[in-house]
Amino acid sequence: MLEIRCPWCGPRDQSEYSFGGEAHITRPLEPESLSDQQWGDYLFNRKNPKGRHAEQWCHSAGCGRWFNVLRDTVTYRIEKIYKVGQAPGTGDREG
Amino acid sequence: MRNKYSIFNLLRHSVTGHSNWPEAWRSPDPRPEYDVIIVGGGGHGLASAYYLAREHSVGRIAVLEKGWIGGGNTGRNTTIVRSNYLWDEAAHLYEKSLKLWEGLSQELNYNVMFSQRGVMNLGHTLQDMRDIVRRSNANCLNGIDSEVLTPADIKQMVPLIDVSDRARYPILGASFQPRGGVARHDALAWGFARAADRHGVDIIQNCEVTGIRRKNGAVTGVETSRGFIAAPKVGVVAAGHSSVLATMAGLRMPIESHPLQALVSEPLKPVLDTVIMSNAVHGYISQSDKGELVIGAGIDAYTGYGQRGSFSIIEGNVSAIVELFPAFSRVRMLRQWGGIVDVCPDACPIISRTPVKGLYFNCGWGTGGFKATPGSGWVFAYTIARDAPHRLNAAFDLERFYSGALIDEHGAAGVAH
Repeated sequence: MLEIRCPWCGPRDQSEYSFGGEAHITRPLEPESLSDQQWGDYLFNRKNPKGRHAEQWCHSAGCGRWFNVLRDTVTYRIEKIYKVGQAPGTGDREG
Repeated sequence: MRNKYSIFNLLRHSVTGHSNWPEAWRSPDPRPEYDVIIVGGGGHGLASAYYLAREHSVGRIAVLEKGWIGGGNTGRNTTIVRSNYLWDEAAHLYEKSLKLWEGLSQELNYNVMFSQRGVMNLGHTLQDMRDIVRRSNANCLNGIDSEVLTPADIKQMVPLIDVSDRARYPILGASFQPRGGVARHDALAWGFARAADRHGVDIIQNCEVTGIRRKNGAVTGVETSRGFIAAPKVGVVAAGHSSVLATMAGLRMPIESHPLQALVSEPLKPVLDTVIMSNAVHGYISQSDKGELVIGAGIDAYTGYGQRGSFSIIEGNVSAIVELFPAFSRVRMLRQWGGIVDVCPDACPIISRTPVKGLYFNCGWGTGGFKATPGSGWVFAYTIARDAPHRLNAAFDLERFYSGALIDEHGAAGVAH
């Protein structure tokens, strides 16, 4: 069970949040010009790393806002929490 | 056959106090080169190696396992076997597997303790019941045994279950597959290992693959913790670690790894002689031959490789089980554990060639791969040996994520198991 610090509301139980998968996947600006290969890659393929993972969380049972988390997928330890639009891994170190 | 397991050999060895049984499989050092390397010594990997040797007469085969065989998801699941999937492609694949299960103990000369005690999928809403009837009809059209049960039928078969309308989510009915059941997970891995070894397969434990060597777009072998091993064909069957292996070959996979948990109770006298699953309240339960209640939970929403999950998942799961079986509220739990499952966007596996020549992946079984072990190995062996998919796994290739021909089995896979 994780304790996650919402950038707006502070630390809360994981049960207040929803997981939103890999972060920093940009929606293609011109989807009609993509090949099937590129479209499938955008929709389905994921890094799924063993180790450090940049991912999205939503404080769905709180303020309802999305933010990014840098988390280790083996230890589950949260390293950084930063806002949407910021570069991967920016912000202060967590706990 | 000297090492055959039989009543006569059992009697013969009893004279010496069973101290002279030969090892069930060898522990050879890796040779410098093989015809086929299977990465991953779980049930699926060992089955693949066995069928490669037996059905396709491939000469030199190695199974590389980073830990010990059957120590990953094979040893961590709740051993439910069934084939009641909705779509033709999935139904045919899982039914092939179920048919192999039915003769497996005899074929492997190893008791995999396959017990066809039936699998019941409960419905708690009108829509659940519509889906159950639809899936049951689809199963019958595919020649798969399936019945729709009323609450009275269920109560007669499972006296401890609460089918009253006082329940928070009353049980309105169920689908039932009598040929489904449970098996012994260790025995499956050990049985395939022993049979594969007898066909000359080298099973190499404590040998972790750290790289996949390629030349001109074709695989040439694997780097391991015990040095480089060459092979023109490599089949990866690494479940939760499939993405890690794919990255070694420069590939991206439509897979995310999640923790999936299960737990067992203290042993009880026989109270439950079938398998009960419920998608709606999310729990599944059976009783092992030893008497333990075997309970499976759901996956954690976040990705993880830690082989452990959140306590809140266990809490929700246990509440669902107590809701179905109020009498179990006093049962104490003995052990709880987690495994890492490789989840595909359409809840169906990938058994496929890859853009790298000679490299094959068998993954994406997600939360329900145990039931498919023999069938998975059988079609994967075919795919590797012929460098082309069998018609049973042709639809389960990587290409479907680019063509859009997904096989949506979220309904039948529904509850993690």
